[in-house]
Amino acid sequence: MLKKISNIGDCGITCDFGDEVNKKTNKEVIKLFNFIQTSVNNKKIKGILNYTPSYNKLIINFELGKIKSKEIIEFIKGSDYSKTALSEKNKIVEIPICYDEEFALDIKRLEEKTKLSFKEIVNEHLNTDFFVYMIGFVPGQPFLGDLNKSLYHDRLDTPRVKIKKGSVGIVEKFCTIYTFESPGGWNIIGKTPLDLFNINKKNTSVLSPGDTVKFKSITKKDLSSFKNE
Amino acid sequence: MSNYFKVLRPGINSTFQDLGRFGLQHLGIVASGCMDQLLFYISNKLVGNKVSQGALEFAYQGPLLELVGESALVAVSGKVNFNVINKNGETKQGTPNESFVVSNGDKIDILSTINSVYGYLSILGGFKLKEIKGSVSTLVRAKIGPNNGNKLQSDDKIFFNKSNSAVKTKKIEFDFDTDNTIRVMKGLQFDYFSKKSQEDFFSKEYKVTRLTDRMGMRLEGVKLENTVSKNIKSEGITKGSIQIPGDGQPIVLLSDHPTIGGYPKIANVISADYDKLVQKTTGLNLKFKLVDLSIAESAFEDYIASFNNF
Repeated sequence: MLKKISNIGDCGITCDFGDEVNKKTNKEVIKLFNFIQTSVNNKKIKGILNYTPSYNKLIINFELGKIKSKEIIEFIKGSDYSKTALSEKNKIVEIPICYDEEFALDIKRLEEKTKLSFKEIVNEHLNTDFFVYMIGFVPGQPFLGDLNKSLYHDRLDTPRVKIKKGSVGIVEKFCTIYTFESPGGWNIIGKTPLDLFNINKKNTSVLSPGDTVKFKSITKKDLSSFKNE
Repeated sequence: MSNYFKVLRPGINSTFQDLGRFGLQHLGIVASGCMDQLLFYISNKLVGNKVSQGALEFAYQGPLLELVGESALVAVSGKVNFNVINKNGETKQGTPNESFVVSNGDKIDILSTINSVYGYLSILGGFKLKEIKGSVSTLVRAKIGPNNGNKLQSDDKIFFNKSNSAVKTKKIEFDFDTDNTIRVMKGLQFDYFSKKSQEDFFSKEYKVTRLTDRMGMRLEGVKLENTVSKNIKSEGITKGSIQIPGDGQPIVLLSDHPTIGGYPKIANVISADYDKLVQKTTGLNLKFKLVDLSIAESAFEDYIASFNNF
């Protein structure tokens, strides 16, 4: 449920759906996000520059010369966006992942913490239907959930200086995929050859907030022969 | 015959920018765009371009460029110290905010901005730049934009369009606001901070540090004490937000900000004061003044109206 709308400076608003970080709350955020995106594309509302969902909030930025926050707030309050099913806009995406020990850098750490075997950890990961909570920090990087509780672990105490592009990591109930080489503190369990983000493609990002992700295990050989379309 | 500028020296942080790339923040792509919209606007106005035409933005020291090809009408906007050097090596002091014609072999040497950070170079007809998702803005961090998403580099060639429009020089007078007070509205997590810190934020001075770029401006001053939580659930970020990480020192998030972040925000810079803010140089002491939405909105109307003076 949308709890509160507040101004962020003079050219942004935040729609707050409460303090919980769970799929139920995030699905409400994504419904409003889908509605705003569709309204912008269909020119039902003018002056909207960006709309950014996160776990429990949607932030909307606008061009102050074209529209004011009051009008956007009225537009949202006067619509019944929550009735639109996510399946109308969102899709299920299969992402190949190679769990070879060359890429599963933190598997030992996870085995110790979870008391599960490598194989059991992989199976838990493969059997999870992940929901795309949000995408960001850097272009195309998805934040997926929820992992089974048995796999929960904290961040690394000392983040790695460099994590390779395509690395798949887990922390607490979340899973992420690094779309650029960057520093990071997630527990790395594998690697995908799939390019999730390419600014030069019409479809810039394979994933959109609200999509569902299923991982599919591939061999090291599959990984090296994989071709991005 | 193709016309271009040869880059003999790129400058510190020279990138192509326009008004920004919008509608992609939910995929992790920030809008970017020119830091100082008024100066960007002025540089295009001076050469008779449409005001959203991509321009070359530079910070502190700009590029040294040599024209190869037919003569062209160009302009440098901002408070800028620059020279124009002709084929024979004769050097003439350039005049910013006034368009001028350069010919084959002429060099434009942008030495430095004066008591300010950013300036712009525009050319009649515009630079030949590859539009990516509707914009020629450069986001170096993600390698998005013309020039393969890079800053300008030595030996780059900057091609430009030949214009059939009449070459007409123009001069614009303007002055920077030298006052160091920046108006802000309360941030989403304003109440996370102690009463004393809320007062300190609006009464003490905060110094612009060297750790400032297109992504953010790090400030230094009285530590701001968060009494609720040092981290929040990551949420979308808006340009001009002032976040306070665990060390209690403010960071103003600027045009190339991350799309999502998890630090509490004490305030947001109002749109009308953004250009003024980004021009504040290292070492200056800023003061923040609290205003409400209606004041921010009317200040923006005055700001936009000022564009019509040029």
